[in-house]
Amino acid sequence: MAGYLVVAAVVGAGVLLFVAAMTARRLLAPRAPWAAKLTTYESGVDPVGVGWAQTKVRYFVFSFLYVIFAVDAIYLFPWATVLRSADLGRASLVEMGIFIGVIVLGLAHAARRGLLRWV
Amino acid sequence: MSPWLEAVVRAVAVLAAFLSLPLLVGQTEHKVMAHMQGRLGPMYAGGFHGWAQLVADGVKFVQKEDVVPARADRGVFRLAPAVALIPYLVALSVIPLSPTVVGATLDASVVLVLAVIGVGIIGTLMAGWASANKYSLLGGMRAAAQLVSYELPMVLAVASVALAAGTLSIVGIAEAWSPWWLLWQAPGAFVFLVAALAELQRPPFDMPVADSEIVFGPYTEYSGLRFAFFLLAEYAGIVVMSLLFAVLFLGGWAGPFESWLGWLWTLLKGFAVAVVMIWMRVSWPRMREDQLQRLAWVWLVPIALLQLALTAVGVVMTS
Repeated sequence: MAGYLVVAAVVGAGVLLFVAAMTARRLLAPRAPWAAKLTTYESGVDPVGVGWAQTKVRYFVFSFLYVIFAVDAIYLFPWATVLRSADLGRASLVEMGIFIGVIVLGLAHAARRGLLRWV
Repeated sequence: MSPWLEAVVRAVAVLAAFLSLPLLVGQTEHKVMAHMQGRLGPMYAGGFHGWAQLVADGVKFVQKEDVVPARADRGVFRLAPAVALIPYLVALSVIPLSPTVVGATLDASVVLVLAVIGVGIIGTLMAGWASANKYSLLGGMRAAAQLVSYELPMVLAVASVALAAGTLSIVGIAEAWSPWWLLWQAPGAFVFLVAALAELQRPPFDMPVADSEIVFGPYTEYSGLRFAFFLLAEYAGIVVMSLLFAVLFLGGWAGPFESWLGWLWTLLKGFAVAVVMIWMRVSWPRMREDQLQRLAWVWLVPIALLQLALTAVGVVMTS
């Protein structure tokens, strides 16, 4: 647990760094806001509409694939610690091979259907 | 020493490393890029070859006005730099320079490092969304696309070395390292390096901040110290990724007199990896968004999975 105490202290140090730096900025930096300065930057012309526009998220298929593989990757880490044991090693290798094989089949299917192409 | 006091001392040491190593990498980048492009780079600040340029930049940034656009989502906009920066500090705290020179010793440190590095990208997404700027939004979307594609090969490459060592502790992985991993884990190392560049949004994977297309992507609206914090996060990211590569794939402190010079070998190996990252920035053009996605899913993920198979079969054969 001592290790996690240090990690918590490091997070605290990071927050402190940010707060201290922002305090220093508040003391040193000028503040002179006016309407033109606070306008959204749009290459020098007046902004058209709002910035939060509707966009087509073209990579949502990649996100689905990512979620599937990310869950798969979580299973890999506990497997790493048991692969050397005499009774689990070989059996777990075969099981993991089948598990990843099924997922790779899915990836190959997605690729063949043209889903890995950016439309 | 009481555990509380020790934790504070260690956190201060990690903070000192976090504030000095990125400056070293930044100055190296100035100089290496300049010489590769046949120019001098900074020469005046501090006298000797402009060594104090980045310190001067920092002093300048603190004195700049911090502009928050009227349209922006103020709270998220102001918080984003901290969310981008602090994860790399936490990641640095568990990366060992030698078995004794390490901020925090954990059993599953490799999992913690991957988890917190993933959090850092959220800072970029927050910046992209909260700016209420079209360039920022596009850049944020590109950053998200890059994250979902490159996080995976990186995790798989790290899982491969964890498998080869049979432990989830970074110190344990580096201690299990032997020179023949350079061959055995070579595909994984290649995948890790490419994915690390993409995670850091460094050229040739700098689509999210492509200056000729979307100004500076998610950071377009930032100014002053908050902008400087995003830059610091990028260089801290280079330090974290380079040291991680050195420890996981190059044996970290393995070298002559490693009992008392080990920390130096880790730093030197990490520094060499950082120079390679700078070199790639100078020598390669930016990739297109679709090429970037294709590279990840058609090449890196299959290579990383093959590497996993190679590692697993190797471990079972030899044990």
